[in-house]
Parts: sequence; structure tokens; C-alpha cells
Amino acid sequence: MAEPPQRSPHLRRDGAWVGASVPRREDPRLLAGRGRFVDDIVLPGMLHAQFVRSTEAHAEILSVDLSEVRAVPGVVAAYSAADLNLRGVTALLDRPPHEFVPTAMPVLAHDRARYVGEPVAIVVARDPYAVEDGVEAAIVEYAPLQPVVSDTAALAEGAPLVHAEAPRNTLVDVSLFATEGIDAIFDEAHTVVEVHTKTGRQNALPLETRGVVADWDDRDEQLRVQTCSQVPHQVRTVLARCVGLDEKQVRVIVPDMGGGFGQKCVVGREEIAAAAAALRLRRPVKWIEDRRDALTAAFLAREQRYAVRAAFSAEGEILALDADVVCDMGAYSCYPFTAGIEPLMASAEMPGVYKIPAYRVRGRAVTTNKAPTAPYRGVSRPQYVMVVERVFEKAARALGLDAVELRRRNVITVFPYKGVNDITYDPGSYLESLDLCEQTLRDEGWFSRRSDENRVIGIGFSCFSERTGYGSGAFAQRRMEVVPGFDISEIRMDLNGTVSVTTGTLSHGQSHETTMAQIVADRLGIPYDRVKIVQGDTDRITYGWGSFASRSITIGGSAVAAASVKLGDQLREIAAHLLEADVDSAELDGAGGVRVGDRSLSFAEIADVAYLKAHLLPKGVGPGLSATASFDVGGDGTFSNATHGVVVELDPGTGGIEILRYVCVEDCGVAIHPQVVEGQARGGIAQGIAGALFEQVTYDDAGQPLAPSFMEYKVPTAAEIPDVRIEHLETPCAFTESGAKGAGEGGTIGAPAAVLNAVNDALRHTGVELDDTPVPREAIFRALEKA
Amino acid sequence: MKPAAFTYHRARTTAGAVGLLTELGDDAKVIAGGQSLVAMMNFRLARPEHLVDITHVEGLAGIRRDGDSLRLGALTTHRAVEKADLGDFAVLSRAMRWVGHLPIRTRGTVGGSIAHADAAAEWCLLAVLLDARIRAEGPSGVREIRAVDFFRGPFTTALQPDELIVEVVFPRPAPRAALTEYADRRGDFALVAAAVDLDADRVVLGGVAPTPVLVERAGTAEEIAGALELRDEPGISAHYRRGLVRTLVQRARKEASRG
Repeated sequence: MAEPPQRSPHLRRDGAWVGASVPRREDPRLLAGRGRFVDDIVLPGMLHAQFVRSTEAHAEILSVDLSEVRAVPGVVAAYSAADLNLRGVTALLDRPPHEFVPTAMPVLAHDRARYVGEPVAIVVARDPYAVEDGVEAAIVEYAPLQPVVSDTAALAEGAPLVHAEAPRNTLVDVSLFATEGIDAIFDEAHTVVEVHTKTGRQNALPLETRGVVADWDDRDEQLRVQTCSQVPHQVRTVLARCVGLDEKQVRVIVPDMGGGFGQKCVVGREEIAAAAAALRLRRPVKWIEDRRDALTAAFLAREQRYAVRAAFSAEGEILALDADVVCDMGAYSCYPFTAGIEPLMASAEMPGVYKIPAYRVRGRAVTTNKAPTAPYRGVSRPQYVMVVERVFEKAARALGLDAVELRRRNVITVFPYKGVNDITYDPGSYLESLDLCEQTLRDEGWFSRRSDENRVIGIGFSCFSERTGYGSGAFAQRRMEVVPGFDISEIRMDLNGTVSVTTGTLSHGQSHETTMAQIVADRLGIPYDRVKIVQGDTDRITYGWGSFASRSITIGGSAVAAASVKLGDQLREIAAHLLEADVDSAELDGAGGVRVGDRSLSFAEIADVAYLKAHLLPKGVGPGLSATASFDVGGDGTFSNATHGVVVELDPGTGGIEILRYVCVEDCGVAIHPQVVEGQARGGIAQGIAGALFEQVTYDDAGQPLAPSFMEYKVPTAAEIPDVRIEHLETPCAFTESGAKGAGEGGTIGAPAAVLNAVNDALRHTGVELDDTPVPREAIFRALEKA
Repeated sequence: MKPAAFTYHRARTTAGAVGLLTELGDDAKVIAGGQSLVAMMNFRLARPEHLVDITHVEGLAGIRRDGDSLRLGALTTHRAVEKADLGDFAVLSRAMRWVGHLPIRTRGTVGGSIAHADAAAEWCLLAVLLDARIRAEGPSGVREIRAVDFFRGPFTTALQPDELIVEVVFPRPAPRAALTEYADRRGDFALVAAAVDLDADRVVLGGVAPTPVLVERAGTAEEIAGALELRDEPGISAHYRRGLVRTLVQRARKEASRG
């Protein structure tokens, strides 16, 4: 049994385990290569699937001929949409037709192909080589249509329609806020600044690509689907509907997962098709997405265009923000979030950490002939934070003020704060994080290095908050037809006093087996290695919403804590009875037992009675030791916050960018496991830097993807990502059980803004400002060449 | 990303390899480190019917000083060159840091890189810069091809289908030579690469044409860049590429002058 650990002294503790960077429960298997990922699963008689994918960005499909495919040695079956006849996937918003147009995503394309890489047919063969031979033998006849490959092309007068039911290729068009009199504010303002920016299309790029192993189990009368999904229950629901089974006839199991970042929090069509093939063949079918398909045909993200104006007073007070956001969602709306995910997030949250009295926003989702999009870590926040932080940098220049000082004058400092966006912000450390971040870079001497005339060095900041733990209420406000939010936990104590607890959240790299166990350990007063976390199996877990939107510790962790408290009450009740004492005098002793005065019973002794000597239980108390609890966030959620500070150096000879220093001052409330929080921050920052400086999914004019491998899709490596100094602040959340706020996305959200501001600061003498990402090196070269 | 079916042949001697190549003709490809070929096969961009694996051929790997010249066996890995103490050929070791990443350098070979003939590949530049002789063995024996005559176009060389590179010979020391390059990420193929030999007054550029571009009796970096015929390409203009040439030639000369 593990001993309670030593903890970092600056972190708040509410028990022996929370707040300690204990060894991760996952590490022994993952570090030794003994994890079980989807591709590790091998079943007897298992077949391998791949997809015939559209070679056209936009075309009528005239015919799909798979006869040659079926003749390829090793091929067992090949199915087109007509062969499988599956229901399509449709995600809905409860909004009127002028705000939202529902569109169906077929499991396999039948009459129309809408992007290069869209699955048209599934081929199943005895081995992964033969299946690719089979895919090559397919003959699909297309009648090409003019493709729509950009947001501007999509919105152009007379543009071809990607979906006939969506005029102007617009799936979502919402104007959530429009403060009365905002135009007059702009007319009268001392200073108005504008930001026009376009962010590149990205791939969330989990290390483990998507994949599934599906088989029909006659004994359980179930389609068993082992898949790497962040949302197993949603996969079950959609899959059951598409293939025509009951919910009880589908079991979705998620083994170890190598990341998801949102790409796996929507339901993919390939896993449905593979499961349908397994059902039809009554043989196990495995589909593992290869990297080329992952780069070109998986769910993408992030491509947005902003036109933003902001009004300031002479004293540097922000008076109004006016924003137009267009998100290029690609060919389809994703389930369950819909194409509204990005424009709604941007519209609802853009005012961020600042006291902005007037706000107007229009958010649109347009559909194009590119691979569809899904939420990606941060969801719109990396972009709008970048835009708003550019606003502050530009305003500072226009007003002749220091940009950090300008932020200081405008950040929210009194909480709770009700924003112009109708959101109530719970307490955070906006000003404190800003001050500490700037001071840290100052103490390290970067401001004096910035003035070295022989070097081109810039410093940039971003100050932001992130709503985490969206409850049902907050999602309902978005008017999703399917409303995520709550989480349910079932806890059970077995003989010997060991505990297993379910969570509807799903760790796909975030260490929940450790952090959730820490929460339980503190509530029950037992070592964390006496706690087993059960997740990722729809047969073992009551309906859950999986892990996304930094919800796991805030909501799932609170459900786990609440269930633990209930179990603790049961233990106290039984112990009090056995010791012939009043239940109010019984308390958990923090050492795996219940104490009444100077007498105590261990959990093992109590469990012994609960299961093996039930006749000794108090009247009205049934046998066994278990409890169920749920948690939802009633209000607007809780806001994590951070300030990032970045130092970059530009190379005038090449346009090259080097990040010299990165400081992140973060506040996610009580950090359950600081090392895990830091890991989340570092990984997130790497993905944010990737978006600011490196990665972009590109297409040619015909909609053909130009980045099908890592040669073209420039994921930064360890050589490009700097060491990150992380400082912690801790403003506990008042309403989550452990005081924690979400920590999953902040790194990604803050990085693009800080990096872009640093690059522009380095260019301050050139008169050139760069607002698009990823930042083209040629633009830097040209700016410095002229200077 | 699985290759189409192929037949695997393992050669034990160069003569055996050449025999196989002669017998199998155009349908065969030589494989050594496989760092370019395997990726192309997985994308099914290359679909050889036969692979002739030469990694078990004795005596094809190794670095040998032979009077003034330095002889590199075709199977010598980039990593072996990087770690070697090559004295007045140290430019070769130093240049290896630009070749891909450590795993690529550990498996990739000198002969393979030259046979593959990517116009931005470090070995191709170095071979042209230092006037290397590429020794190829075919059915009628070994012939020597000057690097400058070897590279014919993008991924196209003077090598016949039945010939195998057995050795690359660098005839003269180059104590004042250097190679440098620029890419957005470390380990990528260079946007532009520049290699210089101050004593021979030669500059070789990569990434500016389908083959390495040799400039003899080179003038200033400005003049070299100005004389290039470049076109605007998606994402990179001729102007930017010219600027990179200017910068990289200057930097390579600076590094070379430090010896």
C-alpha cells in the first residue's frame, strides 16, 4: 500500500492525497509497453477493413463497382452504401431554420462526394495488405462538380452548394449579442482598432490514430465495439441507431487511448461502417486509420476568419467589441455538437477576461468541400483569445501605452462578475497571473535583452480564462438537441475494503486512474492504490458524457467525490451500529476505518459484515456496500485562467523564428496532481505553438489535400518546442467537490496569442503586423528586409 | 499505407546483387536503409516487384582514407560519418547534423541517398561540391561517374537499372568547406541548402533546381543569388528563395572560414 506523499508546500491540500504528484497508476503498464490500445487487440478470425475514399472534392457519384474488389485474393467482402443501407448521422441544434440548417452525414457516401477522402465503400480482407489491394480495385464513377474550398468561396454569390438544403453554404448563422447603442460608442470612441485574421486548418493529431475492433458476440447477443473514443455512450447511441440495434445490443469498450484532443469526441463514420460489416459478416473486423487518412480524412479543426473592431477611451478603457466570425467547418456537421460548436463558442465567450461593456457578435459556420471538423482542444478559444489579445496590443500602440498595463486596466478583478455575454465569472486570478508572468520575464532579464539592437527579439503575452466544466445548463444555453453536462458515479467497496468506482468521463491520456483515485482516497481516508477507477465500458458504466471541454475533474471528479461521501456515510452507519454508538459520533479515521471514540473498525471488518455476516447489519440497511451519486454544474461553470509570456527571436536572414523563453502562470483552482496539470499545460502549449507557427492542412484549388504526410503537415518536434516555465496560482472553485477547475485546454488556448504577439513585438520597428496563422516565414523575412 | 506485394531478395555479394538486378531489370529496386524507398512504397508511389536487399553484402560499409582521398562504402550510414573523426574531411561529419533525425541517420546510407538523388539532399550537394566520384558496379564491372555528371533530374541519375553504387570517393581534402541550410523545422528537407568549398572556390545550392546547382568561381553571395533562375511557387516566392540563398551562402562561407 502506498504511503501518503510529501507535497509541494504552496498547494492547498484538503486531504492526504489531493495536491500530491503521486506516481501515476497508469505508468507501470504504459511505460513498459504493456498498455492495451485498439490496435493491440487481436481476436480469432479477425478481418481488416479499409475504405474506398473519394478522389474528388465535390462530385456526383454515378456508380460504385466493387466486383473487381471482391475478386482480389484475400478480400472477404466489400460494401457500398447501397449494400449496407445504414442510417446517416444527423446532429441537431434547437434553433430556427435561419440560424441552423441540419444536414445528414451518411455513413458511406452514396449520391454525392463532398471531400477528398470521404468514405464511399468499405473493404474487408484477411490482412492489412490485401485490404489495400482490394481498395485499389474499386471502380467509382464520378461526375465532378465545382468544389467549394474556402469560406469566402462558400459565401460568394452564386457559389455551388455543398448541401442543397443549406443556402449560401451556411449551416449556422447566429447573432447572440448586440448591445444597444454600440454603433454610437464606436462613433464617439477616442480610438478604434481592427483585427482581421485567418487561422489555418489544423489536425488535432492524436498520436494514436482512430481505430476500432468490432465483433458480434452470440452469447451476449451484443455487438461489441472496442474503439478509441472520448465518448463511448454517444458512440453506442449513434451506432445502435445507424445499424438498427437496441442500446442493450451494443457494448462500446474503450481500451487505453493515445490521445483524442476532441477529434475523438464526435462519432466517426468509419467505426460505424466497420461495426456494420462485423455484424453482417459475424466475424471480428478491425479498422486502424493510417496516417495518410488521419491527415487528410479525419476530423479537422480551427479554420476561422475574424473581422473584429474594438473601441477604447483615451485612458485605455475598452468600451466595445464588435466581431464577425466565420468558421470553415468542412463538409459535414459533427455529432453531437453540430457545426455550431465553433461559432457558438466564439460568440458566447469572446469577451473573456476583460470588462467589456458593449458587445456585438455574429457567428457563422460555413460548409466547404474539405474534410469535416470536430472540436479541437480549446475550441475557438485559441483563435478568439488571439484576436482579442491582438486587439490589446494594437490598442496599446495606438494609445501609446504599455500593452500589459493596458490589460491591467481592463481585466476583471472583482468576482463574481457578470459579463456582457450573460455569463457569470467565478473568482480567478486574472490580474495576479498577468503581474506574475510579466515579473518573471523581467526578473529573468528578457526585457533588457529585447533592447539589444543587434538582435530581433520580441516579447508577447496573452491573458485569458477558459470556462471549464460546462454543466447541462450551460450546454442547454447553446441549444444543443443533445445536452451533455452531468456525470454519474457508482462506487462499491468489496471485501478487504478495496474500492472500485465508475466514472462516465474517460481518460485518454489525462491520468484519471490516478487523479480520480486521489479524490476518492481523501474522501474515504484510504491510500489511492486501494481505489480502482472503472471507465470506458458502456456495460459497466451508467450513461456518461466522456471527456472533453475540461470537464473530467470538475464534473466527473465531483461525482466521484460525492459517491465516496455517500459510501463513507454507509460505512459510518454500519460501524456505529456494530459498536453500539450513535451514527453522529462515528467518523472516518483517515486510516481506512471508522472511529467511535477510542474504538474503531476497519473497512475490511465492516465489509466482512456487509457481505458475509449480513444478519449483523442494522435494520433497514441492506447487504453490500455501494452508492451512486451524480454531479452537474448548475450555473455558468467555473473559469480557469492563465497568462502566457513568450520571448521570440527572429532571424532576418531567413525569416526563421526561435522561441527563446516560455512562461506560463496558470490557475486551475486546486491542482489534484500538479505534475499532471503541468503535463497538460506543456502538451497544450506545444499544440498552440503548432497552430501559431507550423501546422496547416492545405488544399489546392480543386480541393485536393496538399499535406498527406508529416513531410508537408509540419508538426513541431521537440527541437521546435521550448522548455516551459510553469508557475501556479490557486483560486479554488467554490462549487466543485475538490475545488478544482479544468486544466485540459488552457495551454493550447494561450499559446497562439502570446506567440503571435511576441512575433509582432519583434517586428515593432518594421511597421509590419502579421495577424494570420501559421505565421509565414517569408512574411517575416520581407518585413525585416525592408526595415 | 501498406506496400503492394513484392518479392524480397537478399544479396550476399555485390556480384550477386548486380546479377539479381540484371535478371530482374526495371522491376527491381535496391534497398539499403530504406528511409526514402519504404515510405514511397507504403504510399504505393513506388511499387517495385522485387527488392534487392544489399544490407548483408560484405565490405560495402566503411570509411577509408586512401592517400588524399576519402572512400565511403555505399552502406556507410549517415550516423557513422557523423561520429567519425575525418580530419580535413570534417565537413562531411558536420553536414550530417542536417540529415533528417537520429533514427534516419542511423539507418540511412550514403549510397542510398545519392542513388535517390533528392535535389536538396546533403549527400548530393556534398558530392557535387567536392567533385566526388561515384563508383557503380554493373554486369561489365565497376565504372566511375563524376558527381556533376551523375545527377540528371529530380530523382533521376546516370545509374543504369542493373548498376549498384558500391563506393563514393572524395578525391581531395576540403579543410575549409561547410554546408548549411534552412527549413522551418529541424530535420526537414531544406527549403534552401548551401555548401561551399573556399579553397576550390565552389558553391553548391540545393532546393533551387531539380538537381544540385554548382557555381564555380563563385562571386559574392548577392551575385550568386541574383544569377539564379527561380520561379514563384505556392508558399515560397522566388524573392524569398533568393534571399535564403544569399543568407545561407554567407553563413556557409563564414562557417567554412573557421575551418
